[in-house]
Amino acid sequence: MTLKTMLAATALGLAVAGGAAQAKEWKSVRIAVEGVYPPFNYMDKGELTGFDVDVAKTLCTHMKVECTFVVQDWDGMIPGLLAGKYDAIASSMSITDERKKKVDFSDKYYNTPAHFMAATTSKVGDTSPKGLAGKTIGAQGSTTQASFLDKNYKDSTVKTYQSVDDASADLASGRVDLVFSDKVLLNEWMKKSSDGKCCELVGPDMSDPKDFGYGKGVAVRKDAPELLAMFNTAIKASLADGSYKADNDKYFPFSVY
Amino acid sequence: MNLELLQAYGPRMLSGLVTTLELVFISAGIGALMALPLALARNSRSRLLSVPAKCYILFFRGTPLLAQLFLIYYGAGQMRGPLDAFHVWWFFRDAFFCALFAFTINTTAYQAEILRAALGSLPRGQTEAAASLGLGSWVTLVRVLLPQAMILALRPLGNELILSLKASAIASIVTVPELMQATKLAFARSFEFQVYIWAAVIYFLMVEVVRRVWILFERRLTRHLVRAAV
Amino acid sequence: MGAFQLLSFGPEGWGSQLASGVWLTIRLAVATLPFGLASGLLLAIMINGRNRMLSRAALVFTTIFRALPELLTIFIIYYGLQFLIQAVVDAAWPGTSIEINGFLAGLFALGVVFASFASEIFVAGLRALPKGQAEAAHALGLSRGTAFVSVIAPQLFRLTLPGVGNLWFVLLKDTALVSVISLSDLMRQTTIAVSNTKQPIFFYGVTCLIYLCLSLVSGAVVALLEVRTNRAYRGAR
Repeated sequence: MTLKTMLAATALGLAVAGGAAQAKEWKSVRIAVEGVYPPFNYMDKGELTGFDVDVAKTLCTHMKVECTFVVQDWDGMIPGLLAGKYDAIASSMSITDERKKKVDFSDKYYNTPAHFMAATTSKVGDTSPKGLAGKTIGAQGSTTQASFLDKNYKDSTVKTYQSVDDASADLASGRVDLVFSDKVLLNEWMKKSSDGKCCELVGPDMSDPKDFGYGKGVAVRKDAPELLAMFNTAIKASLADGSYKADNDKYFPFSVY
Repeated sequence: MNLELLQAYGPRMLSGLVTTLELVFISAGIGALMALPLALARNSRSRLLSVPAKCYILFFRGTPLLAQLFLIYYGAGQMRGPLDAFHVWWFFRDAFFCALFAFTINTTAYQAEILRAALGSLPRGQTEAAASLGLGSWVTLVRVLLPQAMILALRPLGNELILSLKASAIASIVTVPELMQATKLAFARSFEFQVYIWAAVIYFLMVEVVRRVWILFERRLTRHLVRAAV
Repeated sequence: MGAFQLLSFGPEGWGSQLASGVWLTIRLAVATLPFGLASGLLLAIMINGRNRMLSRAALVFTTIFRALPELLTIFIIYYGLQFLIQAVVDAAWPGTSIEINGFLAGLFALGVVFASFASEIFVAGLRALPKGQAEAAHALGLSRGTAFVSVIAPQLFRLTLPGVGNLWFVLLKDTALVSVISLSDLMRQTTIAVSNTKQPIFFYGVTCLIYLCLSLVSGAVVALLEVRTNRAYRGAR
């Protein structure tokens, strides 16, 4: 074989690969969740559960596909998707322009604001960058909240954690002065955790789309537009037929959409 | 090499590098000071000294450093009350100090074991000869045994320093902003795999520099032996 | 809750989770060992061989993976290897997707590190064997393969056992690092138990003791092997 024919063969091979990916018919979908983000996704007696998981199951029913769940650390979420370890992420991931450069997002399936949490004894009133100058703030790494702190709270020390739970534990023991995360998540932690009584929410809801994204969506690889379309159709259908509302009401007394 | 990426995350990785070096060299230094008394206790004829020393060395060499670090970091969080009472909470509050503490007590165990083995491999005749010359046991240790043991221990101690340098990456897991944490942050923001390659190159260079400097150091300390051999 | 309850195997205790973690840790370490040993030996033969290109390449490989933090090696292999293999598979068998799961990635990463250190030990071991042995085997008409298996390898095993035993301890402890790539080993299961019970001292303490037991048992096995392999040499002294 000459070099030219080899190149041609390789090009053909790649083209076939591209074609195959496009024509792929989805019968089973692997979905990644973090598993330590209650009440959205968490392990309960060894079983993966939570709002993200239930919504994903509902969507899968609408899509008529078999879904399996993969637990993946938050830091490696998008790299794992790009590497093909799973086909979609349904793990409360905010739809941001930064992430859209690497992956595609479905329409939002819920949206909740971010919020500060501090010790009840701390008497933090002003949560502006000026008010928190000199304070130590904990957040989960690789999140919109961590990026927001990094960009705007230059006079505070920002510590990034593997999970929000680790950050909250350090708030309870006094290693950080505040934790910045999702409001619903923080509320759940204060209610359920044995350390939860230490702390309270402070400051206003924060939900500017340019900082915190356009709600939470399902992320898929850019080479799977047909999967994305399936998710979008399923989200619309589940909103219309009440199955989304059933999932919502199972976890929250209010609408998170 | 992507210049924009370097501009965005280079400074953070550089300051991470400084933190890594601080962590490694301070813990190795303090460890070196504590290793000798521990090695002597381990070799002591008094069981009151040797048994606890043996247990200490066994525990810290027999368990993963990651588990030790978690035990100290999260354990300190649980023990906040008592630690506050002893006025040491400010120390354990800081992730860097926790990591420094864990690395120090860990490397102390490894260094002590190296010294113990080196001291133990010296012929008994040395001690006996020193005693028959009328030297006290302290003088025998400092002037006769230690200089020889240190030469034997030099290479394994260098290896231990390199192992500590590599192990320091796990401090990233408890929020210490060292090189590995800076790299993970850069990767999480940019999704550019090359930042891991940068980190690999930096760690590789650090280890190579330490290794080569150590060889020079070793040659200098043992030059009298080389001449004797020729 | 008392210590007994926390470690019980019932729904309230964490005994079964920890046990499954221990099982995964042991499986990972045991599965990595043959892979690491075989690759280490291969690298050592390459380094000792006459082909300079191969020898150089093997040396560079081992020097790099001896110098990188294990944590970094695990990350690089977990994310990097997947991209690489997927690219190869896409080119060769279009349309198929292959998945490197956490266990395989962990095994591969730990194995590469193990092999890099083991090659150093094997190189020293091979050099310690007198050249005459290979020549004598050749004179007896043994093929090179037979000579290696029945003459060189048994002696190499005895010479390198202490070094390899040491690497096994390192491997056992390094398995704790795979918890960062979401593998449910002992370390990760412990972390989950801690985040649920808020008892870090108790659980990390127990986990340290479990690792210590694994180390002690391995130490006893290695010591037994050393006695056995050195049996033939005791009389000769």
